[in-house]
Amino acid sequence: MDTTVVKTSAENKRWGGGTEPLKTSYGKMMMWFFITSDALTFAGFLAAYGFSRFKFADSWPIADNVFTHVPFIHGNYPMIFVAFMTFILIISSVTMVLAVDAGHHKNKAKVTIYMFLTILGGLVFLSSQAYEWTTFIKGTYGAVSTKGGNILHIMDGQGNQVALKDFAIAQSSDREQHESRKGLWFTSETALPSYTFDEVLAGFKANPDLVVRTTYTGEDGHKTTLSRSESLKELETKGKKVVEGANLKQNEYGSPLFANYFFFITGFHGFHVSIGIMLNIIIFFNVLLGTYERRGSYEMVEKVGLYWHFVDLVWVFVFTFFYLV
Amino acid sequence: MAADAHKLEIFRGLVKFKSNTQKIWGVLILLSIITAIEVVLGIYKPEILNAHVLGMKALNWIFIILTVVKAYYITWDFMHMRDEVASLRRMVVWTGVFLISYLIFIILQEGGYVHNVFDNGFVKMDF
Repeated sequence: MDTTVVKTSAENKRWGGGTEPLKTSYGKMMMWFFITSDALTFAGFLAAYGFSRFKFADSWPIADNVFTHVPFIHGNYPMIFVAFMTFILIISSVTMVLAVDAGHHKNKAKVTIYMFLTILGGLVFLSSQAYEWTTFIKGTYGAVSTKGGNILHIMDGQGNQVALKDFAIAQSSDREQHESRKGLWFTSETALPSYTFDEVLAGFKANPDLVVRTTYTGEDGHKTTLSRSESLKELETKGKKVVEGANLKQNEYGSPLFANYFFFITGFHGFHVSIGIMLNIIIFFNVLLGTYERRGSYEMVEKVGLYWHFVDLVWVFVFTFFYLV
Repeated sequence: MAADAHKLEIFRGLVKFKSNTQKIWGVLILLSIITAIEVVLGIYKPEILNAHVLGMKALNWIFIILTVVKAYYITWDFMHMRDEVASLRRMVVWTGVFLISYLIFIILQEGGYVHNVFDNGFVKMDF
């Protein structure tokens, strides 16, 4: 009889509790499962982006025409700044993993330094993103929107885009911004663009070398540029208003959906980075106070590290699908 | 976890590092090289890579493959997935890879279909 009784006390190692079947602590395992679910969330967003991009395959903006700015330098430098951002995030991932490694050796001084560098890297990344957003929202050249909602860019003869302010001819206009205190109280509008469509059209007619670049991609992977006569016809028959910069409703670079996804996905990622920085700061002060020294384990650094690496991982994908592909 | 519990080989044992710290720097160099390749290709976009392979530009395939390679090394070496037991690794990786591949397949399939409706059908701009 005795032989058939199964022991249920804690002496039985497998079922008595206190064992770690996955050889990892509860907290670390749960961080992994959180990361899996968060990865699915980001995958959902990026897949939705892919859907819209496939749907509007020939009118989607080309990233090289959109993200061309580098701080303090004028000119057209696609990819450079975003490559810098990617590199910053990878570096801060490295300092994080070095902090985890120093934690394994219970080296408090090294953990402190590396955590500090990680936080610094995160802040540099966030500021870069703020810059990226600012230039995107402000816009560069300005464009004309057609009645159908397509975007027309104005180009000179050499194939460089021209800013509206460089050729628009000022005309008198009675149109002013509708504010709720001046007109209907229940509605208002955002600031008017610096130029009216008529001013742009007059300037376009006065400069015979200007042409229009449409929002459609040709066989060669570049946006199609129209001839002078086609350009004039396109502007006169279809042009409707001036678009400057990008927001959730309009986007001078092309489809408004592009701006929406850009704000939403990089914004959600930036939110993750902010949370990561906050967690890193908490851990940093705990390290300084010697909390983990007393606990005898720096595993908390490792858990936050997992999250921080995940943020880097997501950026690798955002980088590919927004800027490269 | 003891410091010597880390698996220090990458490329299936082709490169073996002496310590975990050394491995971290090694992986950083690898990731930097991959990013540099991506950036250079992204700026110059060689004409020869614009040919379509399996319905997409060869260049885009290269970008996506390089991205997955980068993701692998970040997960395996920075997040120490290499050192976890196989069951935890599979729970996290297989679940994610399966669900994400499936999602991407159905969504992109649908996106391509809608594009064809706009392109060949009578509907021009409806939704």
